[in-house]
Amino acid sequence: MSNSAIVRIKDLNVQSGNTAILKNINVEIPRNKITVILGPSGCGKTTLLKSLNRLTDLQPHLKISGSIFIDDEDILQVTDGLTRIRQKMGLLSQKPYPLPMSIYKNIAFGLKIQGVSDKKIINDSVERYLAEVGLWDEVKDRLHSPASRLSIGQQQRLCLARGLAVHPEIILADEPTSALDPISSKKIEEKFIALRDDFTVIVVTHILRQAKRLADNVIFMYYGEIVEQGPPEQLFEHPVSPILKDYLNTGH
Amino acid sequence: MKKRSIEEQFFLWLMRFTTASIIMVLSGLLFVIFKKGYHAMSWAMISEEPQGGFYLGAGGGILNAILGSVYLSVGAIILAILVGLPVALAMNVHMVRYKIWVTVIRFLLDTLWGVPSIVYGAFAFGIMVYFHLRASLLAGIITVALLIVPIITRAFDEALRTIPNGLLETTYAIGGTRSEASFVIFFRQALPGLITAVLLALCRGIGDAASVLFTAGYTDHVPQRLTDPTATLPLAIFFQLSSPIPEVKERAYAATLVLTIIILVISILSRIAGRRFKKYVL
Ligand SMILES: Nc1ncnc2c1ncn2[C@@H]1O[C@H](COP(=O)(O)OP(=O)(O)O)[C@@H](O)[C@H]1O
Ligand SMILES: [Mg+2]
Repeated sequence: MSNSAIVRIKDLNVQSGNTAILKNINVEIPRNKITVILGPSGCGKTTLLKSLNRLTDLQPHLKISGSIFIDDEDILQVTDGLTRIRQKMGLLSQKPYPLPMSIYKNIAFGLKIQGVSDKKIINDSVERYLAEVGLWDEVKDRLHSPASRLSIGQQQRLCLARGLAVHPEIILADEPTSALDPISSKKIEEKFIALRDDFTVIVVTHILRQAKRLADNVIFMYYGEIVEQGPPEQLFEHPVSPILKDYLNTGH
Repeated sequence: MKKRSIEEQFFLWLMRFTTASIIMVLSGLLFVIFKKGYHAMSWAMISEEPQGGFYLGAGGGILNAILGSVYLSVGAIILAILVGLPVALAMNVHMVRYKIWVTVIRFLLDTLWGVPSIVYGAFAFGIMVYFHLRASLLAGIITVALLIVPIITRAFDEALRTIPNGLLETTYAIGGTRSEASFVIFFRQALPGLITAVLLALCRGIGDAASVLFTAGYTDHVPQRLTDPTATLPLAIFFQLSSPIPEVKERAYAATLVLTIIILVISILSRIAGRRFKKYVL
């Protein structure tokens, strides 16, 4: 790969009617690093994240222009093969959404979509990825009970395992700890740090301290624009723009 | 502190009282129907058509009404699903951006839900007279369908409304296609609600007398064609109960027993189905 950036966004604009949600986004996201997208709520972080795996398609009224290169392929131009692109990315949303089926099938579902039907491979994956997120010991005796009965923290970790099981390159996480208790939050954060070696992690947050704990690279957004981006030492110690200075002082 | 505990006690007893009265009414009802009807219950009662002089106490049964009611309500349910499901889907998927219209449709459906069934019967009868149509199974099916379309549409609507948007996004994010997404969403998340809605509407349809009074007619034979008139259980009960002959009156209770058992079975099925599918729902 010629470029160390896994995602390159060029002139991305997202509009709803006459209001611009994202304005002229130009950014590169480095491979095998944790990139934190930081900014006050309503500034377009979720929209930016959803553009990356074309979940914005589900809202046909959004007008999207520009390009998003992932592995040097412009995903906004792709017409079929959306499944392949989405499977490059695992998504964690603000609130965990396990599929309405058993814990086991939550992991198996993604594999089945990829065409894996070998029972043994599926069984192994279920164990491996549940163990990966520290859930195996907690659920190994009730793999076939509904995922809806897990606690919220467990559900979020199940969602992470489900994402990892389909071998993504990128983990997209939209305020993944905002609904969780401190201990589950900590487990998720630790997991992200461990995942950095093999994956690219993109985390949206509005919590400054979380950003400081996780970030290798920071994107600061305000009202649909990227105000500053760069390594955390630079943004947090030597902010340039008044908006970011203000944000760092007040914490929101 | 004192005031709180008095309040608590009051509502506790109120709850006990209402629960007890509901149970008493229901068991009283079942008891009376059973006591008055079981003498007349026999295999012939549920397996034979009425013979000549049935309404004067001669032999036969109410198979015509049982099958008539089943045909009628199943036909009406199918028709109502064909109308109601697309409307509910449109309200929740295609029209999400026209909130005003969805609100208006909901209001209209709720109003229709409250319209007494005799009004539907009179409305359908008026149309039939205008076109010189005879009472028939088909006319009954259409009338009952009109009656339950608002019920089934609103119940479907409620079931679909509770589907979280995030679940749809998640399914796509895993790489699911449209059909996999709808499998997950509709057949797992919304199905319990849809099944309950269908069975609820079925109960309403099978037990309604007023809407079929003028439209389905009445006959001693099991209908063979859609254009045949048909008997129904509620009307069979009505006609026999108005008879002065004690044996016939007793049969009315037997017919009531049959109808109650059918409705009870449907309700229990809907409970089981709900529980069977609900455990996975978020
Ligand atoms: N589907 C949509 N249609 C119209 N406006 C939207 C849509 N999604 C988000 N917005 C608007 O775009 C802005 C950014 O939203 P979002 O990306 O969710 O921000 P954040 O995640 O940073 O809180 C908000 O003002 C929001 O109201
Ligand atoms: Mg957001």
